[in-house]
Amino acid sequence: MKLLIKGGRVIDPANNIDEVLDILAEDGNITRLAKDIDVPGEQTIEAAGKIVMPALVDMHVHLREPGREDKETIKSGTLAALKGGVASVLVMPNTEPAMDSAENIRMLTGLIKNSSYANVYICGAITKGRYGKELTGIAKLKNEGVVAISDDGAAVDNEELLLKALLEAKEHRLPAICHCEDRKLSNKGVMNSGLISTRLGLRGISRESEYKRVERDVSLAERISSPIHITHLSCKESVEIIARAKKKAVKVTCDSAPHYFSLSEEALLDYDTNMKMNPPLRTKEDVTAIKQALKDGTIDAIASDHAPQTINEKEIEFERAEFGVIGLETLLSVSITELVETGILSFSELIKRAALNPAKILKINKGTLSIGADADIAIIDPYKQWTVRKEEIVSRSKNSSFLGRQLKGVVEYTIVNGKIAYPF
Amino acid sequence: MLWTKKDLLGLEYLSKEEIELILETAESFKEVTTREIKKVPALRGKTVVNLFYEPSTRTRVSFEVAAKRLSADVINIAVETSSVRKGETLIDTGKNIQALKADILVVRHNCSGAPALLARSLAINVVNAGDGWHEHPTQALLDIFTLKEKLGRIEGLRVVIVGDIAHSRVCRSNIWGLSKLGAKVTVCAPEMLIPPGIGEMGAAVTCDIDEALKDADAVNVLRMQFERDEPTAFPEQLEYFKNYGITEERLKRVKRNIIVMHPGPINRGVEIASVVADGQNSVILEQVTNGIAVRMAVLFLVAQANEAKG
Repeated sequence: MKLLIKGGRVIDPANNIDEVLDILAEDGNITRLAKDIDVPGEQTIEAAGKIVMPALVDMHVHLREPGREDKETIKSGTLAALKGGVASVLVMPNTEPAMDSAENIRMLTGLIKNSSYANVYICGAITKGRYGKELTGIAKLKNEGVVAISDDGAAVDNEELLLKALLEAKEHRLPAICHCEDRKLSNKGVMNSGLISTRLGLRGISRESEYKRVERDVSLAERISSPIHITHLSCKESVEIIARAKKKAVKVTCDSAPHYFSLSEEALLDYDTNMKMNPPLRTKEDVTAIKQALKDGTIDAIASDHAPQTINEKEIEFERAEFGVIGLETLLSVSITELVETGILSFSELIKRAALNPAKILKINKGTLSIGADADIAIIDPYKQWTVRKEEIVSRSKNSSFLGRQLKGVVEYTIVNGKIAYPF
Repeated sequence: MLWTKKDLLGLEYLSKEEIELILETAESFKEVTTREIKKVPALRGKTVVNLFYEPSTRTRVSFEVAAKRLSADVINIAVETSSVRKGETLIDTGKNIQALKADILVVRHNCSGAPALLARSLAINVVNAGDGWHEHPTQALLDIFTLKEKLGRIEGLRVVIVGDIAHSRVCRSNIWGLSKLGAKVTVCAPEMLIPPGIGEMGAAVTCDIDEALKDADAVNVLRMQFERDEPTAFPEQLEYFKNYGITEERLKRVKRNIIVMHPGPINRGVEIASVVADGQNSVILEQVTNGIAVRMAVLFLVAQANEAKG
């Protein structure tokens, strides 16, 4: 099985490549990168005028299976990923049941084997039931193949417990992913605390609820010199804390999501529940800070925090609506529109943050076009515009923050293990 | 000026001219309510539904009286007796009411933004009768109407709003309405009851009630809305009365003819002394009377919006 991609602008930050080249994939791996490869009779994609890049690695995704297949399934979610140029996802453990035991992870592995269309990696839970009381036993989970641990959606409030988890994670070389939220401070809030929450009469979530926890978790990581990854940063202070820690060589990495660098709290002014997520959209100043941190490398990765919710959970009173928005299908285009088109990142820098770095953090062999690497490739038309329409969303849920938005960058092909997986 | 808005969701969304139009219309309806036969045929054949998700006597009755004086048919739905308890969504409830061919839906809801959700899901007129901490536009309109009636103008007036600012929809609507009409609004409360950013909405903010009342033409007194938050979100009652309660002593040090307003229900001895509530500066009961005229104006105008569009 051979696949030849001809004449595209190949961008591969891992190998410092940005030039017009042909790529040959054989039996699922990349075998040649050169000008004018000629292999007659093979499947060929003409990619002139397109960007050929490693497919994206989205390290923060909720596929809802098992338990909430009405919101998303492994099948629908991985198809959505492919449409967005994403070939690998890390699924968060807040399923029903939670991914907190060897047995549950075996079950999920089976489901993935049977129904996924992209590479799905599992993030195990830190604590049983994600209740923050008792550790799951990280060695067991690792044996079942999890590539990271997190209690995402919940934070481990107990410092001693998190410390133990970080030590175990370090021993087993698993990244620990922290959702930073002090729920005593976020106090049942539903949006960022400030003028807009006051105008709307909605309970606010303070910035402190996030960054105080970032501060705590980073200092724990520093204390035991164990690596830690902070997910979905939303505010300026969090960025500043990470920047300071990185200067002191603390082993901390972090990600943010497209909505945090493209939307601010003003988007909530008409009570649009597709703008409700946790952490919440912050101020314009925070959006600028997140963009700047993506540019200077303080923020290592872009992840979607794809969180499907049904209409029943979204088309209701704002404060009763579920948190979360989908993002797999818009991850790349929003990033191109908001970061590349505006000159904040080059394409190469974007690919680094959306493919290479997440792969590195998760220690998975993805995110590059190196010879011998898995042939996970996205071919995109970087300048083509498209409009996000509900009817065209592949994900089972339609709760996108970008409905109606015109975006730049259309994924034309997503190739997984050397096979064209998208268009379907 | 022609009224064109399908819904009344809040004073934030109205222009100065639109607010003035409501006030002028209310003036003519007030005259109607002084007649022996207090009824006009303006909404004859129309149906007004009062959908109330929160207990309310004053506002519900006021809307009911207003609708009846306009000759509309009125249906009252309280949450306890409706199928909402059976798990129906707000939008479904609204669509059912629309399917009954109601013309105007007056909604009171404990969730901020609920009337906005109904307004964008339904073709019929939606009037906000108070949503969460967000807005209570008809209350602010009747406050403003009363002030204007008493003092002859709004422009340049100094109005103090004291009390539970954080949880108050009445306060937010008053800030928008009064500042659009050129009054100077000061909000006053202990710091824990001052929500973030309220100063940027156009009100001055202070924690010193005596300072705030110094040159005030009117004071609007809000009650503590204990039902809306944890007990820790509120100051201790006696302490609050001592520091912020509107008492006779306090009023001795301010403008002799200061107007004292309260959206009700009043808690005597908590935010306002009985003698003040019943005293000569108080217009609390006149507010209730004016509420009918203001709500008649609102119902009349939103119904007109449909005709304006054909």
